[in-house]
Amino acid sequence: MEHLIEIKDMRKIYAAGEEPVNALDGVSLTIDNGEFVAIMGASGSGKSTMLNILGCLDVPTSGSYKLDGIEVAARSRTELAHIRNRKLGFVFQNFNLLPRTSAIENVELPDFYLGRLSHAARRRRALELLKRVGLGGRGTHTPAQLSGGQQQRVAIARALMNEPPVLFADEPTGNLDTKSSIEIMNLFTELSNEGITIVMVTHEDDIAAYAKRHLVMRDGKLVKDDGAKSSAPAEATP
Amino acid sequence: MNFMMIFKVALLAILRNKTRSLLTCLGIIVGIAAVIAVLAIGKGAQKMMVAEISSMGNNLLMVFPERRQQGAVHAGMGSGQTMTAEDAKAVKRELGHLVQSVSPSVNVNVQMIRQDKNWMGRVTGVSSDMPEIRNWEVAEGRFFSEAEERNCSRVCVLGATVVANLFGDENPVGQSVRFGKMPFKVVGVLGSKGANGWGQDQDDVVMAPYTTVGRVLQRSKFKSVNMMNLSLRSMDDLDEAKREITQLLRQRHHLADYQDDDFETRDTTEIMNTIGSVSGLMTVLLTAVAAISLLVGGIGIMNIMLVSVTERIKEIGLRMAIGATPVNILMQFILESIVLSTVGGAIGVVVGVGGAKLVGEIQHWPILIEWTSAVGAFLFSSLVGMFFGFYPAYRASRLNPIDCLRYE
Repeated sequence: MEHLIEIKDMRKIYAAGEEPVNALDGVSLTIDNGEFVAIMGASGSGKSTMLNILGCLDVPTSGSYKLDGIEVAARSRTELAHIRNRKLGFVFQNFNLLPRTSAIENVELPDFYLGRLSHAARRRRALELLKRVGLGGRGTHTPAQLSGGQQQRVAIARALMNEPPVLFADEPTGNLDTKSSIEIMNLFTELSNEGITIVMVTHEDDIAAYAKRHLVMRDGKLVKDDGAKSSAPAEATP
Repeated sequence: MNFMMIFKVALLAILRNKTRSLLTCLGIIVGIAAVIAVLAIGKGAQKMMVAEISSMGNNLLMVFPERRQQGAVHAGMGSGQTMTAEDAKAVKRELGHLVQSVSPSVNVNVQMIRQDKNWMGRVTGVSSDMPEIRNWEVAEGRFFSEAEERNCSRVCVLGATVVANLFGDENPVGQSVRFGKMPFKVVGVLGSKGANGWGQDQDDVVMAPYTTVGRVLQRSKFKSVNMMNLSLRSMDDLDEAKREITQLLRQRHHLADYQDDDFETRDTTEIMNTIGSVSGLMTVLLTAVAAISLLVGGIGIMNIMLVSVTERIKEIGLRMAIGATPVNILMQFILESIVLSTVGGAIGVVVGVGGAKLVGEIQHWPILIEWTSAVGAFLFSSLVGMFFGFYPAYRASRLNPIDCLRYE
């Protein structure tokens, strides 16, 4: 059976300073369709590097990465952009909405780069998505007119615009209060129940608790994986 | 990627910093406006000069005697004494198939006196054909007749400046004026022509029959003329006419084959060519000035675009994260730069045209706005934007999305 995400012996070495840093030190991992995964670990453990590579924002130094059946480890910048556009959705800690741009236009943005929909269809889909995340009446608001939780909902709607199979979230509740955090996590749970694969980086245990599978990283290595239900344990390196 | 969307993004980015965008455009605005305005004024002046030269006469050809030379010292044109009124008559008689009419021209500087007023000026002796050759109009009275020319009548026609100085507001026609000691009767007043393109007062003239001038005003015994004015039947025969006149005059002046001509011919096409080459030089200089100002303006745009890329680095990172390709980012910033410079160019064209018209209104200068140059300047300004926007846009497109997203 094809895994949605399959990485083998992935390494990322930063040549910063005198000593090269092994941000990822031979990680192998598979994630299947529909999983809700939390990547945890202390700062400097390599979890952000992991998410960046999984999200095709960065390329590994060595190792293989198959996403939805295609090898992405050695692709050009343009090809990576196309993969991010079609296959991945991003939710960031600081929302990263375009300032002075309405919520609806922010949500529409991924399709501008894909060009799949007509103007009217794009607007219709953006409105549906805003309704889906509970912001039905706020399409014309700019980020400055929205609360943190509302901005993150817009960001989630944007991430869903091109119907990607995977959603990557980097500390999605890091800038939110407890109430908004719970709302956002409930939204993620709903999306997960609908079958969307979610990979989330967090260092908060109560946030990670929403996920069904937990990966713990330390010093660039995967030290704990409690989700052995579908993926066979990573093959031992010879 | 949707072009209108990139365009909209570029426009929004420019409108977000209105003051900064305007200041950035200023280099382009000033450059384009200056070129358009100076070109309009220059072309207007050229057109006026050309019109003035055409108004010098119908199919005009001028023949000057050789410049007088004493040792190595050359005197001015027309100072030679080799050409006579007889030459003019001969040209008319023998080359009638090419030449419509001929008038010699003899200049004498005299004191003009009328009652208690006097005026120092030049009396020019010409034939009765002169108004036709030179397109002169007689405002009052009449020009002297052929009979008066033949009879050496003491009649004259005055220019407006001379009238103003000797007669004030009185009508001079029929009155008498003295040139030195010789009384002349005023028969007409020439139409006013104002100053020519070189600032010379064309109304400070007195015309009298060349026969009379030669007999009573010219002191020397040898009745030489300062020049000949010819009106050709057709400008197409210019070269043939020049050749035949040269042949005739050489023959009349008994010049051997080894001797140079003792006269020279001038026609208005030569003067036109000179004006053309002067205005060509002006165009080259203006183009250089335009290029420099657009270079400076372009560098200003490049500078601001680099700032804009740095300012919006998070936006670039986000756009890349959700699927913008390097080419998308490149296009976005180049388009922004092009919009900036094109808007600058458009404002520049408006300011330049407006400025030129204003100068034309206030200074009464002739203005000729060439729309091709306006359109050319406008298009060139967008090229400037494309050229100088490329480097910042390229830098933006090469940025790493994670670095952008992390940038603080």
